Amino acid sequence: MTDLGTSPDAVQFRFRDDEVVDQASVTVDAFVEQSNANAVRIEPGDDARALLPHLDRIALVEVNFPVFGDGRGYSSARLLREAGYTGELRAVGDVAVDQLFNMRRCGFDAFAPDVAMDAADAKAALARWPQVYQATTDDRAMIQELRHG
Amino acid sequence: MYKYDNYDQQMVDTRVAEFRDQAQRRLEGKLSEDQFKPLRLMNGLYLQLHAYMLRVAIPYGTLNGTQMHALADIADKYDRGYGHFTTRQNIQYNWIKLEEAGDLLADLAAVEMHAIQTSGNCIRNISSDHFAGAARDELVDPRPYAELMRQWSSFHPEFMYLPRKFKIAVIAAETDRAAMRLHDIGVQIVKNDAGDIGASFFVGGGMGRTPMIAPMIREFVPLDQLITYAEACLRVYNRYGRRDNKYKARIKILVHELGADEYTRQVEEEFAHMLDQGVEPPLAEIERLRPYFADPAFEDGPKTIDRSDPDFALWVDRNTHAHKHDSYVSAVISLKPVGGIPGDASAEQMHLMADLAKEYSFDELRVMHTQNVVLPHVKIADLHALWTRLEAAGLGAPNLDTIEDIIACPGLDYCSLANARSIPLAQKISERFAESGKTEELGQLKLKISGCINACGHHHAGHIGILGVDKKGVENYQLSLGGSEAEDVSLGKITGRGFDEAGVIDAVETVTDVYLGKREDGERFLDTYRRIGMAPFKEALYD
Amino acid sequence: MKILTGNDLKSGAVVWWTGSEWSLHVNEAIDVGEEADAIAAREEASRRVNVPYTIEATQDADGVRPAHIKDRVRALGPTVRPDLTLKPADPDAGNWVI
Repeated sequence: MTDLGTSPDAVQFRFRDDEVVDQASVTVDAFVEQSNANAVRIEPGDDARALLPHLDRIALVEVNFPVFGDGRGYSSARLLREAGYTGELRAVGDVAVDQLFNMRRCGFDAFAPDVAMDAADAKAALARWPQVYQATTDDRAMIQELRHG
Repeated sequence: MYKYDNYDQQMVDTRVAEFRDQAQRRLEGKLSEDQFKPLRLMNGLYLQLHAYMLRVAIPYGTLNGTQMHALADIADKYDRGYGHFTTRQNIQYNWIKLEEAGDLLADLAAVEMHAIQTSGNCIRNISSDHFAGAARDELVDPRPYAELMRQWSSFHPEFMYLPRKFKIAVIAAETDRAAMRLHDIGVQIVKNDAGDIGASFFVGGGMGRTPMIAPMIREFVPLDQLITYAEACLRVYNRYGRRDNKYKARIKILVHELGADEYTRQVEEEFAHMLDQGVEPPLAEIERLRPYFADPAFEDGPKTIDRSDPDFALWVDRNTHAHKHDSYVSAVISLKPVGGIPGDASAEQMHLMADLAKEYSFDELRVMHTQNVVLPHVKIADLHALWTRLEAAGLGAPNLDTIEDIIACPGLDYCSLANARSIPLAQKISERFAESGKTEELGQLKLKISGCINACGHHHAGHIGILGVDKKGVENYQLSLGGSEAEDVSLGKITGRGFDEAGVIDAVETVTDVYLGKREDGERFLDTYRRIGMAPFKEALYD
Repeated sequence: MKILTGNDLKSGAVVWWTGSEWSLHVNEAIDVGEEADAIAAREEASRRVNVPYTIEATQDADGVRPAHIKDRVRALGPTVRPDLTLKPADPDAGNWVI
């Protein structure tokens, strides 16, 4: 876990070793029309599938959570990972400790919360669940598979 | 019935630890109420009118005697000696302390129970046929499939913040005892022409302020694609369900606004994509689950019932259901004593029901969505002894599916959402009909009362429905007729202007009198209503 | 009069602001007038109360009576279980609600 602390882009946790993208992200509409951008920001109402033809030129996708109760971003994240996106997937906005584990499972690998999380609470939350009941692109075997070897 | 393995146990234990941590952070002030509320709701903890309320999941309504004893102990230890069985086949406690909730959850986990996702905008406890595994008319036992869906829907990483709550029912008989088509997803286990088992999917039903009957969107989903298909249904909803208006956020509105064809098209597209994603549990998992629900060791015995005691005979006629083994029946314990609170049971009664399950029903009980409890496998030879014990404890009311078997939500006596009280109405109506002696003559008559438009009391699906509203600070009640939650599903229609409490009780009697006057041979109230329509009832009520 | 109510954070019990503390008894509620928001904010911040809010009430010879039926049910307890209300000895306590 890389703690970027108070870095300008406000990323608190990052689970990747590559260089942080220094380009400001643009909207999905702008991105699709703009061939030189490599960072894009998905709002809850955006269709993440619009990005699929352009995955090879994306280095950063920010998924915004204006309120944590709006869960569309979880589907956006999974869709991108299922389509083979391997760049940074950053959850931005109203993101707290209690959402971290599921966000990781849906493919997020960077977090830029509006309010910084307690690092110890975050660590505990990420380590909380030893097993899972669902398969996602994180390649953890689900309990229902583990039972059958 | 299902038994946790180490994995399942680890999951509920982990949840207890997680909730303890969340509650502690709330008590310490690290979490505001706005932040904590969705978290506690996903663990069934509400803040109600008088205190915190905890709703405990009873997956597909099945539990054993040890679990029922534990529920009784919880009522004594953490609550005020009673619990309330709900229309979601769950139980809720009305007087829980936040500082004790973690300990309570640990007690539950010790008997393989939990409160996971019994509230919140996530996939709720999965309901099913209360006679599953016992009913003569079922194709297969639906519960292995319900358990498969329980595990898949628990802590689903993508679907914890849906637009709104999400309820799934699984049945496997043509007779619908679970209000399947009034769910967000109704799954009916079926056999296709080739003889293979699979599932029909009905999506977009629900009650609430905009009641809708779910259309079928797929006639046959193969068994090894069941979870994948459900996941596709949920993903389309999570992405496109309305979030701008809480009252239009249920999946029924999405299906209605898109049209069932377009919603289905989107699901099929997502499903085709998902088939490559490996989200389906291995088929071996269903094979692992099935034996847990295998028949207990039924023994041949007497097949006929001694009906010489008329009170017993009446109870047998009313409260037992045909069993697939002809030496057995399923027996319903009514939690609707005349003048009582529908669905409430004291710790003492819960202990007794647990003991009776161990003695007479292979240690198994079911909770019905009608707020009663079933002993699914009772030997005909034991039936009189069982009834005698129930009678002695005030649990022998012979009123299943009669006008005394009223569904009522907690209403304004307990619920912070309610506009009017439901329970006193249910009490007075059951007393009125018990006194007049008309209950038996009226036969099957399903009366359902909700204290607000959220319809937890299923009033839309009542042969007679009552909805409590707030009329300038005074309780007022709207009457509706003609609903059904069963395989002949329909939504009730409002009769006209509302009534005060005394007025609506009289109105119920008036409409039952119209029925008695107009019915033809063998007709239930619902049949007569469907034949003659609203007009004669309206005339009697308002002219 | 305006009175301030909420639930105890730890126990969930219905409580009423008396001017110096939170009481289980509505009759001890005082008129909070214009100070309601300030008291509510302070008490919630110190976690002595959960989700406080102000309601209308009247004061008569029998005591303080919330204007809305829902708050009267909150003040008393469930009308169908008089044994669990704040007036367990009074079987007609439920009539106070209506």
